[in-house]
Amino acid sequence: MNIFKKLGLGIIFSFFLVLSANAGSIKIGTEGAYPPWNSKDAAGNLNGFEVDLANALCEIMKHDCTIVEQDWDGMIPALTSKKFDAIMAGMSITSERLKTINFSQGYADEVASLAVMKGSNIENINTPEGINLNIGGSDVDNALKTLTSSLSGKTVCTQIGTIHQNFLESGDVGKIKLKTYKTQDEVNLDLTNGRCDVALAAAVAFTDYAEKSGKAVVLTGPTFSGGAFGNGVGVGIRKGDSKLLNEFNAAIDKARDDGIISKLAIKWFGFDASM
Amino acid sequence: MISIFPSLLNGAVITFQLLVTSMFFGLIIGLIFAILRINKNPIINKFAYGYSYFFRGTPLLVQLYLIYYGLANIEFLRNSFFWVIIKEPYWCAIIAFSLNTGAYTSEILRSAFQTIKKGYIEAAQSLGVTKKITFYRIQLPIAIKQSLPAYGNEIILMLKGTSLASVITIMDLMGEARKVNVLTFKPFEAFITAGIIYLFITFIIHNIIKYLEKKYGFQT
Repeated sequence: MNIFKKLGLGIIFSFFLVLSANAGSIKIGTEGAYPPWNSKDAAGNLNGFEVDLANALCEIMKHDCTIVEQDWDGMIPALTSKKFDAIMAGMSITSERLKTINFSQGYADEVASLAVMKGSNIENINTPEGINLNIGGSDVDNALKTLTSSLSGKTVCTQIGTIHQNFLESGDVGKIKLKTYKTQDEVNLDLTNGRCDVALAAAVAFTDYAEKSGKAVVLTGPTFSGGAFGNGVGVGIRKGDSKLLNEFNAAIDKARDDGIISKLAIKWFGFDASM
Repeated sequence: MISIFPSLLNGAVITFQLLVTSMFFGLIIGLIFAILRINKNPIINKFAYGYSYFFRGTPLLVQLYLIYYGLANIEFLRNSFFWVIIKEPYWCAIIAFSLNTGAYTSEILRSAFQTIKKGYIEAAQSLGVTKKITFYRIQLPIAIKQSLPAYGNEIILMLKGTSLASVITIMDLMGEARKVNVLTFKPFEAFITAGIIYLFITFIIHNIIKYLEKKYGFQT
């Protein structure tokens, strides 16, 4: 009998070992389809700015991290149903998303832009170089008016469930034909195939695609920030998981002070997108 | 759940349109290829077999991507008259669905043709009925009657197949459900409602087929 007791204790103990080994480990969800924020190499391994940053933050937090892939349109439900513990997927902090999940402080910010194929009749739109919807004023109003007339009746493509879709549906640019896609890849494909007159996404998503594919995709109109475009990109964390939230905030502070975020941003974006 | 219902119903209308249109073209394609399949000429026969082999042997999603993204990538097609059709996701879906269901329908009809008892045809021949009339008045009606149960299944399978249309930007029932999901972050509500609507459409199709079987099918 004694031997069984020992065996039983051993089994229970081994469970504790497994549990304690996992106590410091977290899972981070990313899309792996939005270069240069996050993507995959030819061998299928995840890479990109956020994959490097996630590893750096985990090192600071002394967590054992696994980065898992998740389709964009299921990202937030996957977090709330505990498929993983944090989102790092180029997800901007917006008031709509804050109703469902929490965000850490922003770690990077990057403007959005329209893109067309070279030779399009809206390749040159007469607007300021960039507009910030938070600031507003007559410059922004005029730019939006110009955009409304340029985009009128055009087919505008964007990824589903993004800040870009929110903006296009906000009515700021009037009546357009909106087409939404599951991934940015598909937006790029249909833009080059000619099904989209114009597309909206993070500016780097287009420049990265143009560079890698050699297609004549060019940016047009102003760059956008503020308003529907949110307040930077942060780590999405479940509501109530305040311990992890604090840890991420502290780690982002440290990574910023040490210049890690800037360094990684320059590596992946070609400019300092850190915030 | 109530508030998402109207937008899902809009999607259901598109789903229904996709189903009816592709079943219509699919039936014509299926009938033509079934007749080609029972043709004695080996070249015609093999061609029809190759068509049904390809479309039954590859996933519908692959066919849809091939037509939507694949064909659009061919410069020559983009500059031709065909672009008017291929440009529209709706027609790409109709082409893919029709060719897919056409392949299955041709197999259903072929097997129905081949199970017709020789005696019927011989009886007609002995009465001096021409081959053409034998085909239209004897073989075809029997084949259609015999195909009804299997064809009913095919309609239901195709209804579920139309849900793939949402991956090429069509806002069908599934597309609307996905939109609700990304706007509300409530996948359960969005997809269970869509599921119930699909079930309801299936229920209607099932009963129509059951009625037709009772009225026109063979009594066992």
